[in-house]
Amino acid sequence: MTSALESYAAIVGNEVIDHLRQLAEPLKGMKVVHVNSTREGGGVAEILSWLIPFKRELGLDAEWEVITGETAFYQCTKSFHNGLQGSPVGIPPLLLRAYEQTNADNAERLRSTLEEADFVFIHDPQPAPLLRLCPNRKGKWVWRCHIDLSRPYRAVWKYLRDFVAGYDASIWSLADFAQPLPHPLYLIAPSIDPLSQKNRELYPGEVDAVFDRWGLDPQLPLITQVSRFDLFKDPLGVIHAYRMIKEFTPVQLVLAGGGASDDPEGDEVLREVRKAAGDDPDIHILLLPADAHREINGLQRASTICLQKSTKEGFGLTVTEAMWKGKPVIGGDTGGIRLQVINHHTGFLVNTPEGAALRVRYLLKNRDRLEAMGRKAKALVLNNFLVTRHLREYLTLMFATMHKGVERIEL
Amino acid sequence: MREPFIVKDCTLISIATGEEAQNLRELSDRLKSIHPGCIYYHFWGGMLRSSFDEPEYQNDFAAWAWHCLHDSRLAERLAIIDPSHHREIEDLRRELVDVIEERLAESETVPWAQSGQRFKFIRSQIIVFNPDKRINHPEEMAEQIAGLSLGSVFYHFIDARRRTESGRSDFVEWLRMDEDGQYDEMIKQINAIDPYFTTLTDLRRDLAAIFHNNCPTGEETS
Repeated sequence: MTSALESYAAIVGNEVIDHLRQLAEPLKGMKVVHVNSTREGGGVAEILSWLIPFKRELGLDAEWEVITGETAFYQCTKSFHNGLQGSPVGIPPLLLRAYEQTNADNAERLRSTLEEADFVFIHDPQPAPLLRLCPNRKGKWVWRCHIDLSRPYRAVWKYLRDFVAGYDASIWSLADFAQPLPHPLYLIAPSIDPLSQKNRELYPGEVDAVFDRWGLDPQLPLITQVSRFDLFKDPLGVIHAYRMIKEFTPVQLVLAGGGASDDPEGDEVLREVRKAAGDDPDIHILLLPADAHREINGLQRASTICLQKSTKEGFGLTVTEAMWKGKPVIGGDTGGIRLQVINHHTGFLVNTPEGAALRVRYLLKNRDRLEAMGRKAKALVLNNFLVTRHLREYLTLMFATMHKGVERIEL
Repeated sequence: MREPFIVKDCTLISIATGEEAQNLRELSDRLKSIHPGCIYYHFWGGMLRSSFDEPEYQNDFAAWAWHCLHDSRLAERLAIIDPSHHREIEDLRRELVDVIEERLAESETVPWAQSGQRFKFIRSQIIVFNPDKRINHPEEMAEQIAGLSLGSVFYHFIDARRRTESGRSDFVEWLRMDEDGQYDEMIKQINAIDPYFTTLTDLRRDLAAIFHNNCPTGEETS
């Protein structure tokens, strides 16, 4: 039976896999626990679903724990998310108490596992208070922030900062997101899994079937944005751009997204999007279940151009996914999209619906350019944004954390 | 008897320092005192971190001058600075500051970046590990070099410049152990490789070509 690592070697080369095995050798047997707040939906759960098996195959004793809570907890953490991305949200004390109590309840269940671990990675603000609730911890604790914290609403960050300042280190997707804290701020960009249902090659005919299933016209250019129904993803701006494109050239639009179990605001945004779409038969709003990975894969492959017109974005894994399928991406000039969309090479960075409409029209008119950009986009992902690079940096960080502050570590 | 070449491998992890510059004056001021590891990182770190293979500018200072300050003149002057010409990072720091100060002196206003586009100073930690590989003679190196990881190429060719007494690569240090001058021509060729305006993959290819041409393996000579 082929191991997962051997399967990846076919994509990234044996040299990359050998490098990982050698790097992991001194870490064999170490207990590593990752904690987040949802097993399905959203980029964090996707990262953990490949990271854990990968670490295990390299000989680490890796586990994934999920904290659970009631509605008030998720309302509170969604407000944190909005506040950390800059919205001036007020969070009632009742919700903050639910946040702290939920963590205290989860700590009862997880304490012994976490205190025994050699490394604990806490993802995002939801489980951040666990550090304080595990006073007898023996290992290194690292807070992994997946959110764009470049301009947080100060009141929210001030509250959360107290919970994360005590960690041994933190990880940020981009230097722009990192907030000053009294420990090393490591930078690790996220990645995608090329063998996952969402990114693997599809069987012949599967992509064509997407057109039939959703009533799409295979003869019309297809513009797609895949993302949660969240105002920061600017789905209304995408509809606005589509209408401007359609004045000049026939085109169809797919807005595909699913809800994540920790996002209670999605329904409201979806209602607004449906209202804006009206009865236009060429706008297709697809509300997909959290596990519709293969469907999203097919939609992205069926697309002519992919959009990610976010006004705020963490890293933007949907951009990476689209680029991996050889699609140029027209993305909002924000956050991690800037790291992936190299303007005029792998796509275009835009700031307005007008900008998005202009670039779509340009690419539809210049198909050779569209194809060339798609090829460059795929190459960029292959070299920089696959799981193997991400895993290498996690392993490197574990050594770096064990040798805090040392610039050169000789193993 | 020649000592074997002990192959090492390395990987970098980037660390945000929290230091940043909003305008060219701040960049100059910060550069005068910033941790030397930051200067090293912003010139050389791109080879081992996520990056685009065809960057417009080879170092992060030049890229910032163009993309965020929109000062093409400064970007061009910064881009031409070649860190491989400086044995000491402090010399590189001085050249960098000189170029920026010169630009400030000739500008009527101080160029500013938008608030979301501040220059963020980053440094790195390097983890060096031992893949348990030894190469006994240059002919064996000719056979093996194409299979070295990019981390190994970085460690032995780029990182070596700040470790070795000569400021050259480990390959050159190793070949110089032969005192009869047998490998002088090969040393000359290796020293002539421009390590800066290239990628690690291209560097490995260039090194492999030099070893192959100068030390034909048994297979090639038979």
